[in-house]
Amino acid sequence: MKSQTIRRWSFVHTWSSMICTLFLLMLAVTGLPLIFHHEIDHLLGNSPELKQMPADTPHLDLQQLVTFAEAHRPGDVMQYFGWDDDDPNAVMAIMAPTAGTEPNASHTFMLDARTGEAVESPSANGGFMMVMLRLHVDMYAGLTGKLLLAFMGLLFVVAIISGTVLYAPFMRRLAFATVRSDKSTRVRWLDLHNLIGVVTLTWALVVGVTGVISACADLVIGAWRNDSLATMTAPYRDAPPLEQRAPASRLLDIAEASAPGMKADFIAFPGTRFSSEHHYAVFMKGATHLTAHLLTPVLIDASNLRVTAVGKRPWYMSALGMSQPLHFGDYGGMPMKVLWGLLDGLTIVVLGSGLYLWWVRRRATAPTNMARAEVSR
Amino acid sequence: MKARHSSAWRVFAQPMWIGVLTAAGLFAALLGDGGWDTLSWIGMGIPAVLSARGLLAR
Repeated sequence: MKSQTIRRWSFVHTWSSMICTLFLLMLAVTGLPLIFHHEIDHLLGNSPELKQMPADTPHLDLQQLVTFAEAHRPGDVMQYFGWDDDDPNAVMAIMAPTAGTEPNASHTFMLDARTGEAVESPSANGGFMMVMLRLHVDMYAGLTGKLLLAFMGLLFVVAIISGTVLYAPFMRRLAFATVRSDKSTRVRWLDLHNLIGVVTLTWALVVGVTGVISACADLVIGAWRNDSLATMTAPYRDAPPLEQRAPASRLLDIAEASAPGMKADFIAFPGTRFSSEHHYAVFMKGATHLTAHLLTPVLIDASNLRVTAVGKRPWYMSALGMSQPLHFGDYGGMPMKVLWGLLDGLTIVVLGSGLYLWWVRRRATAPTNMARAEVSR
Repeated sequence: MKARHSSAWRVFAQPMWIGVLTAAGLFAALLGDGGWDTLSWIGMGIPAVLSARGLLAR
């Protein structure tokens, strides 16, 4: 590689990383507890626990659950019901003053599907883990914060690519995984930066790119509403406002009949950003491991419970769906979570050592330039 | 030209295999549990172990 080419890549690597490093450090630090949010919530006693009851206790129907939810939060309306594979007796309920209320102002709690008893889920509405989540997702700055973090993620990808290019000239005379710990501190950390950077490259790229996609979720969902959902609900564009909502009781049976072999992931009640003013939207997930991350909406007319459309999923919704497990690291058991945490920690080491290397070189080049000036005089 | 090509290969051969294994592991765990999960632990364990060895080298 020509020395001028190296200098150019070096410039790209230095500046793309300089700009994103502090944000990436924040993301890596807040991301660490988020990997283990299930375990931490449990330890803090913040995860809702349902009563022990005989295993075959029947479930209430959905409209009965709606009634219990509305009694628990008078003045609020239903936004979503969601299901969790971990506990088939639990239904997550999300309510807010209006169906269109933005997600951060909603209230999340759990309903016991057998009794209708509401169990509060403190960590879903506030507390330490919520602070971590908000910092990680949007730094409390809404869409602006998300898009800023998405941009930082893109710079991170640029830093990874330019770093990989620079790996070649640095390693030309060294065997793979050499760490010269007998030389200066700087040389040791340079070798470690190169080694850890290159072995964690694939993981960091995957987490970086899926993070950027997730940070753009609002835009992706907006595109889905304008494109897919608008087409499916076109016949209702000039329909009068919904007056009487038909009971939610049979929604799951209706949706399962229209999407055979699939399972309900969540229901969006009329008026939310995942439904229309005139529809219940039941989001069905595939039955296999892979397709469980891909959702298909079944739109059900909220006045007469007729299925009006079974959505085709645009490519960007598939990308958003697949990005989630690949960003969260929650799809391969506890060992995967631990490894995810370790690789996250190693990313912190790469970021920190990069910052250190930049700092020493800057200090080292300043006097050298002066010395050169002296010589040329 | 040929010499330069082989030096790039020499530098990137091992990182490339590690990257391929990590990617295969990340994808494998999406397909199922059990053995598929184990593949992901291997794919992610390799970078973790190599990094730890580097950090501990004295």
